[in-house]
Amino acid sequence: MVRSNRTAWAGVSAFVVLALATSQCTPSAPTARPGAVGTQSDIAQAALKTYVAPGDLDEYYMFSSGGHSGNIYVYGVPSMRHLSTIPVYSPYPATGYGFDDDSKKMLGDLTWGDAHHPALSETKGDYDGRWLFINEMNGRIARIDLRDFKTKQILGPVPNLHGNHGSSFVTPNTEYAMMATRFSRPVPQRAVGVDQYATEYKGIIAGVKIEPTSGEMSLGWQILMPPFDYDIGDAGKLASDGWMFFTSYNTERAIGSLEVTASQRDRDYIVAVDWRAAERAIAEGKGDMIGGVMVLDPAKVPGLVYLMPCGKSPHGVDVSPDGNWIIGSGKLQGVTTAFNFEKIQTAIRNKDFTGEEDGIPVLKYESIKDAEIEVGLGPLHTQFGPDGFAYTSLFLDSAIAKWKLGTWEVVDKVPMSYNIGHLSAAEGDTVSPDGNYLVGLNKLSHGRHLNVGPSQPESSQLVDISEEKMKLLYDAFTEPEPHYAQIIKADKLNPIEVYPKEENTHPLAVWDIKDAGVTRNGNRVTVKMIAVRSSFSPTSFEVNEGDLVTVAVTNIEQTTDELHGWGLLDYNINIVVDPGETKTVTFTAKKGGVFAYYCTNFCSALHQEMQGYMIVK
Amino acid sequence: MQASLQRANRFLQEPVGLPARLMLLAAAVLVVATYFFPLWNLTMFAPQYPDGLRLDIYSYTLVGGNNGQDVTEINVLNHYIGMHDLVNESFTEFQWMPFVIGMLGLLVLRAAVHGTVVALVDVTMLFVYFGGFSLWSFGYKLYRYGHDLAPDAAVKVPPFMPPMFGYQQVANFEIYSYPRAASYAMFASILLLVSALAWTWWNRRRPEDAVAVERA
Repeated sequence: MVRSNRTAWAGVSAFVVLALATSQCTPSAPTARPGAVGTQSDIAQAALKTYVAPGDLDEYYMFSSGGHSGNIYVYGVPSMRHLSTIPVYSPYPATGYGFDDDSKKMLGDLTWGDAHHPALSETKGDYDGRWLFINEMNGRIARIDLRDFKTKQILGPVPNLHGNHGSSFVTPNTEYAMMATRFSRPVPQRAVGVDQYATEYKGIIAGVKIEPTSGEMSLGWQILMPPFDYDIGDAGKLASDGWMFFTSYNTERAIGSLEVTASQRDRDYIVAVDWRAAERAIAEGKGDMIGGVMVLDPAKVPGLVYLMPCGKSPHGVDVSPDGNWIIGSGKLQGVTTAFNFEKIQTAIRNKDFTGEEDGIPVLKYESIKDAEIEVGLGPLHTQFGPDGFAYTSLFLDSAIAKWKLGTWEVVDKVPMSYNIGHLSAAEGDTVSPDGNYLVGLNKLSHGRHLNVGPSQPESSQLVDISEEKMKLLYDAFTEPEPHYAQIIKADKLNPIEVYPKEENTHPLAVWDIKDAGVTRNGNRVTVKMIAVRSSFSPTSFEVNEGDLVTVAVTNIEQTTDELHGWGLLDYNINIVVDPGETKTVTFTAKKGGVFAYYCTNFCSALHQEMQGYMIVK
Repeated sequence: MQASLQRANRFLQEPVGLPARLMLLAAAVLVVATYFFPLWNLTMFAPQYPDGLRLDIYSYTLVGGNNGQDVTEINVLNHYIGMHDLVNESFTEFQWMPFVIGMLGLLVLRAAVHGTVVALVDVTMLFVYFGGFSLWSFGYKLYRYGHDLAPDAAVKVPPFMPPMFGYQQVANFEIYSYPRAASYAMFASILLLVSALAWTWWNRRRPEDAVAVERA
């Protein structure tokens, strides 16, 4: 008994000793926390570099995709201040978008969109500051005019193509904005079981034509592709002008749980499209009309498309500023591959193929690659600097790798907090990148901000790339979801501040209070209304229950920032009219009674008095 | 008495010398120039108008800064205190001022060409009268604008006299009012007229000169 007691005591003491000892060895975070800025002087420098004093202006605009919010968010760089929101695919009461007749019609039946990749218009491969294009998963693409930062056109859903992730990437002179299918489906659209996926489902690559002066988009042409998932792309430039490159995954043509079934092959493909050849083939009448658009089948029209084997499940494919290299990153590998455009052309000439997919030749990997760069784990997307350096985001390593084109040497890494997806360098996908700044568009923020509950913001981190070593400067917390962004030098844009009166050709516009009023034609009622500080004219109007009412509000101000809103209570109407603008809203007066309308966008000292009544008899 | 009147009469009939005529020509050019430049400028600053709202007054029109937008803005703001709109139609001066300026220009030219002191005196007097009247009329206009305020205005302010020359604070606005190029040109042409007159007076034919001529 005594003996067993002793054993027990010994056991307990040993446990206590062990516990005490191991408590000293509990792993703790490394002292140099990933993502921390560094010493006091580094912090002071970062503060100086990002501080834009009150009244001062930023050097760059950043147009960041708002993902499934359907918006574009505009930031100033380097301050990372959120300047404005451009609603594109979702109603946005703050600007009345999706409530007035025009924007409501533009949105159609879809009131959400998943916007991914903004693309600034280009001239000779450089941003020209005219338009911004942005794709959306429901097969749509939109054009924003940078003269007024407003969405001007939404094209689509584009027929045949489904899940428009691989968009919007413009060609060097904005001839086309390219689109590609993420979710292959039968073309033409019909109900076919997934058991016939490998043969009956098809991908689509679409060249959406852009009118060179107005920017108006039209369907253009399409290319029928094997049922892979097409991811993202980049247009060739300079040396490789005329070509378009897209990454693809699930070249296994698998169905079910793709995270496993589509990760079986060691290599997927980068798709190289000779878009000028496609243009010629269409002109020669080699397309077939499917779903209202001319579609080329590469099996019948050879020479349009080639497949370049690339590391497993690639995401980004990025063309170097001189157009000589195509950088592809297999996100499930630790290397990024630099393909040589010249070698690709030689391989095509020599028919240096290792196979084919539905009649599309597969180029021999060894013949077209220049280097495999060991950038780190989970390489996703690459941007460029002005001095031959490339910057690749590493999702798994949660870092950015800086490496040199040509020598393929990785020279620096900077940690990102956390899980960087895309990255955007200042004009970093043009023929003349600016350098200076780079923004890491991170998927997770993991509480690097005040706790705002489980729905956490994304993070966009500003990195200084003006020197040899990259330096983290600033954490910004951005609306979901910054997939990709475009950073353009501020002086390339010259937006208007008011809509000039003389440009307003709206048929229902009125500029003199004498001309404001109500006209009736049967049960069709038109109210021409003027908004000016601080009243509406008319201040009341009467309609009958069941009338179809159009209210056209003209903001006759020509003063900057004098916006007026027109909110009609209980009718789900709120439009916001900029200075010099006329907007209409049409509705059926279904509910009888008296309903107030008032100015929703603060305008003046007597804003609160800016109101009126609609009487529905 | 009689003698001095005769002397004055004689002086009035005298021809104007070449330097004086050149001065008159210069004055005529300046009179024409007043048409092309603003006479007066009012600029109003407020915290929310850091660039100021600018109003240039020409002899025939009002011109707002920022492509005319500033006048619209001033009117929008003034309507809160019940002030009349600043529009060309309410300035009868704009109808007759260019005509009067043109007429004065012609009279200056007449004096230069015709070349008698009497013509010079006439136009100088007219000019001084016109300048004075215009200033009074401008001041009176400002007074009326500041005093004829609509009784049902949203914001009641005590009637006030906007500044004619210099600076004044009205509510949140700092108002600066100064003459501009055309007024200076007008003033310079009056100076030239007076100088021409003075030059002619100093170089007039004195009685002793006349005697000297007779003796010779």
